[in-house]
Amino acid sequence: MPRVDFTPNLARQTAIASREVHAETVREALDELFREFPGARGYVLDDQGATRQHVAIFVNGEAVTDRNGLSDPVDEGSVVFVMQALSGG
Amino acid sequence: MAKTLWIGTRKGLIPVRRRNSGWEIGEASFRGIGVPMVLPDRRDGRIHAAVEHGHFGSKMHVSVDAGATWEEESCPAYPPKPDGVPDTICPMSQEVIPWTLRKIWALESGGVEEPGVLWCGTIPGGLFRSDDGGKNWNLVEGLWNRPERSAWFGGGADWPGLHSILVDPRDSRRVLVAISCGGIWETVDGGVNWNLVGDGLVAEFMPPESAHDPNIQDVHRLHWCLADPDQVWVQHHNGIFLSRDGARTFDRIRGAAPSDFGFAVVTHPHRPGTAWFIPAERDDLRIPVGNSVCAMKTTDGGKTFETLRDGLPQEHAYHLVYRHALDIDEDGETLAFGSTTGSIWISGNGGDRWERLSSDLPPVYCVRFS
Repeated sequence: MPRVDFTPNLARQTAIASREVHAETVREALDELFREFPGARGYVLDDQGATRQHVAIFVNGEAVTDRNGLSDPVDEGSVVFVMQALSGG
Repeated sequence: MAKTLWIGTRKGLIPVRRRNSGWEIGEASFRGIGVPMVLPDRRDGRIHAAVEHGHFGSKMHVSVDAGATWEEESCPAYPPKPDGVPDTICPMSQEVIPWTLRKIWALESGGVEEPGVLWCGTIPGGLFRSDDGGKNWNLVEGLWNRPERSAWFGGGADWPGLHSILVDPRDSRRVLVAISCGGIWETVDGGVNWNLVGDGLVAEFMPPESAHDPNIQDVHRLHWCLADPDQVWVQHHNGIFLSRDGARTFDRIRGAAPSDFGFAVVTHPHRPGTAWFIPAERDDLRIPVGNSVCAMKTTDGGKTFETLRDGLPQEHAYHLVYRHALDIDEDGETLAFGSTTGSIWISGNGGDRWERLSSDLPPVYCVRFS
């Protein structure tokens, strides 16, 4: 199962924990996690559902290419990592 | 009389509490995180704070125990952009104006007879209304969908920003808002319909044929006298203006010295002719005139101005005071302002004498008494 991990800085601001999820895309992976931790959605995505400007999402070490739609595929061994972009702040 | 001064800064929300011995700075909430706006709601004692994470966006928090503890509450969110609605293009940058929350820049309570109503102004220019004390927010579409919005642009920020909200104490359905740069708008039905007001404002930064267009005016701050809300003061990008007819028309006020450029203005709650300003030298020199900090006060509707310097640094000073960083207590005598370089001053006698409470704070975004 794909796994979603987070920067510890996110967990300092809102309830969130790494989980294995049932998903075929980054969007599905995050949606499953946000069903358990609804308050975290607004910290990762903006009000239009796109990746926040100063947040970066990686799959197996590669930055996602579809930051708005989050259609990048994930598979059984994928690790989705949500981090702060090294900008802003 | 105010018991607390709330200071929203680049690195947290700092309370300053009145003690018998004087004003005492307390421990910050949201340490290390920006707090662009705070609203002490006089109707129920709640404190609402807009918290702006550098990476994780804007959030709203509320305290029911005077800031001892906080709970995250719902944050204003732009609804999905409907299919077929064209992008709005900024006339200055020719870039698409975002359809998403970029900053919470104004928070105000509704009237005393509408206890759940809150108003929130944002960048990129949207106004939000809550009818349940901040549990749910709705974009005020009657303003957002005005075709005139396509002419708005950012003033100081990249995108248009709604920074001032005035709820008429005589009739809470009447609300004025001001936008940099989008002029002054009035509703008389609680936000359903909006009228552009502000004739007489002059935008000297525009080409001459557009300078008098009310829709592109860069009002830095809008304030009025609670006892006579027809008297509306404006600190504008190009000077100081006063309306005597509820913001429909404005007269330019000349003669403010040392400068009529600045961001902040507050009006005496009972005396409409009395207002205070914190000037900077000019548009392209945003530091105190001659590197010495002063406040300006008029008590005669702008015919004359007094320059207030007692207790303020008079050399080597670089303080700029943002539009929300000056406030006046309901007593009409207690004022406070904070600066971009982390100083906070307070006066208990209408500005005749100022006391610096700290020079070590983060850049100050807003100050508010409660």
